[in-house]
Amino acid sequence: MAETELGKVDPETGLKPMVINLGPQHPSTHGVLRVRLALDGEQIRGCEPVIGYLHTGIEKNCEDLTFNQAITLTDRMDYLSPITNNFGYVLAVENLLGVEVPKRCQYIRVLFAELSRIASHLVWLGTSAMDMGAMSPFFYCLQQRELILDLIESAAGTRMNPSYFRVGGLLNDLPPNFVERLKKFLDGFPAWIKEYDRLLAQNPIWLERLKGTGVITLEQALDYGWTGPALRASGIDRDLRKWNPYSSYEEFEFDVPTAKEGDVYARYTMRMREMEESLKIIRQAMDNLPEGNWHVDNWKIYPPNKADIGRNMEALIYHFKLFTEGIRVPAGETYAAVEGPKGEIGFYIVSDGSGKPYRVRVRGPSFYNLQALPVLVQDRMLADVVAAIGSIDIVLGEVDR
Amino acid sequence: MNEILEKLQETFGDRVNVSQSIDQTVVHVAAAEIVSVVTFLKSQGLRMLIDLSAVDYLQREPRFDVVYILYHLEQRQWLRLLVQVGGEEPQVPSIAHVFASANWAERECYDMFGIRFRGHPDLKRILMPDDWQGHPLRKDYPLTGTDPLPPLVRE
Repeated sequence: MAETELGKVDPETGLKPMVINLGPQHPSTHGVLRVRLALDGEQIRGCEPVIGYLHTGIEKNCEDLTFNQAITLTDRMDYLSPITNNFGYVLAVENLLGVEVPKRCQYIRVLFAELSRIASHLVWLGTSAMDMGAMSPFFYCLQQRELILDLIESAAGTRMNPSYFRVGGLLNDLPPNFVERLKKFLDGFPAWIKEYDRLLAQNPIWLERLKGTGVITLEQALDYGWTGPALRASGIDRDLRKWNPYSSYEEFEFDVPTAKEGDVYARYTMRMREMEESLKIIRQAMDNLPEGNWHVDNWKIYPPNKADIGRNMEALIYHFKLFTEGIRVPAGETYAAVEGPKGEIGFYIVSDGSGKPYRVRVRGPSFYNLQALPVLVQDRMLADVVAAIGSIDIVLGEVDR
Repeated sequence: MNEILEKLQETFGDRVNVSQSIDQTVVHVAAAEIVSVVTFLKSQGLRMLIDLSAVDYLQREPRFDVVYILYHLEQRQWLRLLVQVGGEEPQVPSIAHVFASANWAERECYDMFGIRFRGHPDLKRILMPDDWQGHPLRKDYPLTGTDPLPPLVRE
């Protein structure tokens, strides 16, 4: 298949723009992304993102796994915030099952979703500052992210791919002394947000390169299906946590920051302020954490505990059935979405009544947000492409799935 | 939303069929009408195309469901459109000129299911290599890959 023609021939000189590749192996593309650029000097006359280098067939593989096994694959899409992927997926399956998890479970889910939102924003901040040539913020950000990963590890046992949310509940309840450790992190972190801001927001190079770069209007952003902080930087407060609350988000008090400019700097401020809002939510979830069960009391959905298996024949049978055949999910189709750090991450799941999903479609925010890259960089300088890619906050694992 | 759906039914008659799923409203649309239905819904405030994908029901004729998920900004609701297509070379009119977000989504749908979108500006594979044979998300495509595997280095 021929590659698409990029850029127009200059009518005066008859010269064609030069086409170069940015990536697929380039430090600023945050993964394996190739961008074809048509250049006139240093100005961009055409841009085409080429994706698929990280395609691993996650949607296909989900069809061969039971509903609970497929959670492990959702971890590996947006690997900077695996917990929000788990979240969307389990909500969709619970929709099909028609169950609602207990309040304690909902609060713990909110708590971890917000923790991983901060972790994801920290990686975004560190890497996009590094793209601009600022080396030290990366270390400052990753150091705090480590603390969040430690918290996730204490609850789920793993740092990067926790699969902490399960259909109908969680892997575990919160470990003992979790709240104290979380408090320690919450007390320390606000000072760090100020530190990040001090490192960057008064840096003239940072401001010069970000302000007015990569502008997208609200109209264009909606047309391209933009969601998340990137869309909110263009002047609309669409946040699923407020607009279509799930998992008791309506019980939390927080603001949704918006900006009007729609440039790279606006998207930067959005995410910085979102981290502060996430802290508020985590504090509320921690202080008001309800007592009670942290999974549904239904052996057909959530496995019985070890002690029951030893005593109760019925429990043993359910346990065996659950792990050999999977949860029997009634036939039907559903779409459930959550507000991830990058935007709306949605799952369209079709079940045929067996233990495995018939079809899992993942609506990845990075996939749709990346599509508008040509709009951001048209007729700008080559160096702005790097700023624009960073500001969309893509994860190629989710773009290519 | 109900008002919009009533209007939709008035305009398109029996070419659309509104039903209620467990979570959202679902509208079945005839393939030939999809562009005008989507344009109409966009003018009624469903300003975002959130997702476009397909499902392969191998045993059924027509074989595929193309799924469109739209979002209403004022009423803050999703709406799902389903278009059934089948035949040897399944075809649906493209909506890439109505919603820019449909461009890549339709390419992915073509790549994964082999559904052609008529009128798409640049319909080519997006995730798989350009010279790939077959469409991986079809139910008759083997999970373990094709035999023999495509060469790692091309001539």
